[in-house]
Amino acid sequence: MVGIVIVSHSEKLAEGVVDVTKIMADGCPIAAAGGLEPGVYGTSFEKIMEAVESVHGEDGTLILMDMGSAVMTTEMVLEMLCYDDVKMVDCPIVEGAIAATIAAVGGADLDACYEAAVSAKDMNKL
Amino acid sequence: MNSSKVLEVILAISAKIDEEKQFLTQLDNVIGDGDHGINMARGFKAFETKIPAVEGKDIGTILKTVGMTLVSTVGGSAGPLYGTAFMKAGMANAGKEEIDLAGFVETLGVAIEGVKMRGKATKGEKTMLDAMIPAYDAMKAAVESGMDAKTTLDIGVGAALEGVEYTKTIIATKGRASYVGERSIGHQDPGATSFTNMLEVIAASV
Ligand SMILES: Nc1ncnc2c1ncn2[C@@H]1O[C@H](COP(=O)(O)OP(=O)(O)OP(=O)(O)O)[C@@H](O)[C@H]1O
Ligand SMILES: [Mg+2]
Repeated sequence: MVGIVIVSHSEKLAEGVVDVTKIMADGCPIAAAGGLEPGVYGTSFEKIMEAVESVHGEDGTLILMDMGSAVMTTEMVLEMLCYDDVKMVDCPIVEGAIAATIAAVGGADLDACYEAAVSAKDMNKL
Repeated sequence: MNSSKVLEVILAISAKIDEEKQFLTQLDNVIGDGDHGINMARGFKAFETKIPAVEGKDIGTILKTVGMTLVSTVGGSAGPLYGTAFMKAGMANAGKEEIDLAGFVETLGVAIEGVKMRGKATKGEKTMLDAMIPAYDAMKAAVESGMDAKTTLDIGVGAALEGVEYTKTIIATKGRASYVGERSIGHQDPGATSFTNMLEVIAASV
């Protein structure tokens, strides 16, 4: 199954996003990489690296980030790891995570999970 | 300048950043999230613990280690940005035991390309690049016209300071400050300021 990683400046937010995905897609390998160190906002190269390693399997991994250094630090982790089946996706982090994890447990491959996450961009709430 | 002098300069930069920590953070409080000084100081302090591992090594290794340390400890955008800058600078000086003025200016050019690539940013977006690029342009011209190291670096610092002033006049379009929009006008960019601090230390060392 495709693995998912949630990168955020906030530990609580990253864990919260992981939590809400459990509602419909319990069983998807998903990991949070939030905050720099306990109580400190920021993004951690090490946490992102560990999170990717913890969910990465033969079907690849999709990474969702909040903003700024979360994006840039994730890029640097990927440059270091050199996996060709790990992708970053530009999408709303909550809706994208829900869509991607549901796709993953449904057996979608990496590209399809990526598309599911991107499509969350166009879902209207109002 | 040899590699032990480069290490000495980096430690002087670390001390300067620690001194300016409060001020940089204050600047970031106005248009960002108030952590730039703390972030930078944390990164350079972390490098200080790695000195035993890089002492006696070539300039490339020293600069690359600074970059990797910043990436893994800063926690904000300055981490991947300055981290990429120092890592690229390290690659440009791989195996070298000496760096001269022309080499330094060339290295700064490579570092700027790194920041542009990582931040998908360019001149005029109210970032560190608005101090880095004018400093580079001015120093490149100074080197080409045969000026000595001291004069060249002083010219670079002057241009960087002007760049910092210029950031007060523009709206941020990259990074956290871009969320503040028009209200970012009137305030100088923290990253442009910290770059200028670093260049000042380098200028004072020659
Ligand atoms: N995309 C970018 N390109 C170039 N420079 C940038 C970019 N984003 C931010 N900066 C620079 O980084 C400085 C802010 O550094 P700081 O360490 O405070 O990051 P931050 O914005 O708090 O990080 P985060 O992205 O984690 O919120 C800015 O003053 C600016 O000079
Ligand atoms: Mg900040």
